[in-house]
Amino acid sequence: MTTARTLLLAALLAGCAVPALAETVYVSNEKDNTLSIIDGATLTVTETVKVGRRPRGITLSADGKHLYICASDDDTVQVMDLATKKILHNLPSGEDPELFALHPDGKHLFIANEESNVVTIVDVPSRKVAYQVDVGVEPEGMAVSPDGKWAVNTSETTNMVHWIDTEKRAVVDNTLVDARPRYAQFNKDGSRLWVSAEIGGTLSVIDTADRKVAQTIRFKIKGVPQDRIQPVGIKLTDDGRYAFVALGPANHVAVVDAQTFAVKDYLLVGRRVWQLDLSPDQKRLYATNGVSGDVSVIDVDSLKVVKSVKVGRYPWGVAVKG
Amino acid sequence: MRFSFWLPSLMQIALLAGGLCASPAAFSQEAAPADNSTVRIAYLTQEVEHPPALSNLDEPPADEGVAGARLAVADNNSTGRFLKQRFELEAVTVPIDGDPAQALRDLAAAGHRIVVLDLPGETPGALARLPEAANLLLFNAGSTDDSLRNALCAPNLLHTVPDRAMLADALAQYLAVKRWTKWLLIVGTRPEDRLYAAAVKRAAKRFGAEVVEEKSWSEDHDARRTAQAEMPVFTQGKRHDVVIVADEIGDFGDYVLYRTWDPRPVAGTQGLVPTNWHRAHEAWGAAQLQSRFKAAAQRTMLPRDHAVWAAIRAVGEAATRTRSTDPEALAAYIRGPDFTLAAFKGVPLSFRSWDGQLRQPVLLAADRSLVSVSPQDGFLHPRTELDTLGHDQPETGCRR
Repeated sequence: MTTARTLLLAALLAGCAVPALAETVYVSNEKDNTLSIIDGATLTVTETVKVGRRPRGITLSADGKHLYICASDDDTVQVMDLATKKILHNLPSGEDPELFALHPDGKHLFIANEESNVVTIVDVPSRKVAYQVDVGVEPEGMAVSPDGKWAVNTSETTNMVHWIDTEKRAVVDNTLVDARPRYAQFNKDGSRLWVSAEIGGTLSVIDTADRKVAQTIRFKIKGVPQDRIQPVGIKLTDDGRYAFVALGPANHVAVVDAQTFAVKDYLLVGRRVWQLDLSPDQKRLYATNGVSGDVSVIDVDSLKVVKSVKVGRYPWGVAVKG
Repeated sequence: MRFSFWLPSLMQIALLAGGLCASPAAFSQEAAPADNSTVRIAYLTQEVEHPPALSNLDEPPADEGVAGARLAVADNNSTGRFLKQRFELEAVTVPIDGDPAQALRDLAAAGHRIVVLDLPGETPGALARLPEAANLLLFNAGSTDDSLRNALCAPNLLHTVPDRAMLADALAQYLAVKRWTKWLLIVGTRPEDRLYAAAVKRAAKRFGAEVVEEKSWSEDHDARRTAQAEMPVFTQGKRHDVVIVADEIGDFGDYVLYRTWDPRPVAGTQGLVPTNWHRAHEAWGAAQLQSRFKAAAQRTMLPRDHAVWAAIRAVGEAATRTRSTDPEALAAYIRGPDFTLAAFKGVPLSFRSWDGQLRQPVLLAADRSLVSVSPQDGFLHPRTELDTLGHDQPETGCRR
């Protein structure tokens, strides 16, 4: 690969515009049972912290003081105090937690339990299971609408988006999408839900109002076999301009125009790009590359990859704190 | 002589008696008459007499194959729950001296339209030619015979298990990448061993390797008693990089490992084995399927379990996508250009239009580790790299 040269060139083109930002990037390393902490100003790993077994999905608490970590093989969600980097306590998560989403009220954490076909809703303050909802086979992606009315879960083998009404605490609708839906994200106003289908190779954009697929987006990269294009992580910019999509073993992040749904660009990153997160100022996108064991840093304005940062083995989840 | 029959479990007996199957897992249902929201799927297998083998360490489980069927029906039902579709399994085991053809006629007479055949050799090809099978959709999940994808192919017969050519090609690609291109081939005396050896020789030609010497292991050695003495001498010969064994029942192949004259790796039916499924496979969500299977069947998933599972999941996927439970509509969709199946192998799988074979990656595994997955990088194909494995369109012998 000519990644190094491309990166260097990209960095030069971008004027090495890496301003000293105060952000901190947290990356879970699935096969190392650690968390890598990257300083956003220097883009170097400043610390590696031991966590539970097979850490995957990670997300920040509403106040940004804690990090929730799915320790899949420990069947728990760990709560880390970011000031001390110590695990404060565990949350009862159900079996094999993989991904989760926090309700806007900051209290209810919606956790996909991949091996038991349920979504477990944990009340964070009391550290108790509030309720569980039956969904399809291998629940994975989780998202909560900005108004908190909907929690959605994607099930990888059932190939559906299950719409959980958070007041009724039950699945009230299902939307069929393409094979192996992995990740879901609402747009800023909650009118649309974006869902990636890893084996289907597509992105579905669903209208929240009628829960029907409004757009199906396909990808094509010159020189990459079609069956390697496997969309996983999605991040939407708050201004409604872009949707970024990690394309797995295609080793690219797709840039989609979130208004026209046209694919604008493909950015070459590391091997098996997995999950994404935006910096709080939306100027940078961070992408975990599972096989190459690094994190690609993308400048959102110039749409260039400006750096790759070596982390642990099989980096999975990423969360950026301002 | 050692006999081990595929004795029907209590559950299967109950099913045979009742003619209907409740799915075993989370969303089981009471047996009820089929209606137009129900997809009925039959599974047909036969007890076999396992020939005596020198290596008789592992007893084949009695529910090999049917356990994959049960899990797939449960998976289908959990999706069907959201679409008001139900899936029912009828599992039939023909006794050792029974007639699978009659069993298939009986299933057709009972109104079955979709049947998964877990039967060896050329039997699926013969069954597909029965007049009663003309309107059935048949899946071959048990036979790796290349003839079924060529001269004996049939328009109503799809294959979810790879054929020997796919397995041998998968191994050959990996050995080519390793540059272990000089092979010593050791062939057992059974007809299927010769078929396996033929696939190995075909693969050698395709991927630039050479069988420098071929030897036949005859049955009059007792390898376990005398392996120390027999194998070193037996494997002496022309210079080779790797020993390939063709021993499908596992008679002597395990005794080749670590006993060769020269220090050489062993591959083929033993050692490094190309297979559609292996317990060490965990990538692409396979870990979830493995643990779901283990929870349901109390054992690890075997290759036949996965081939049967894939066939029934193909039916479920077609029902989901077409929103139909009509067997004709399902069969048309499965054979059509839009069908793909997610089967925990990293890429979408689909059926080849020219011979009905499910194109799929092939795992290369040692006893406790997954070594590689073919197609290997760099083996290119204009359609999909998966078509570098097995019988490609220009070379197919299928005229259906």
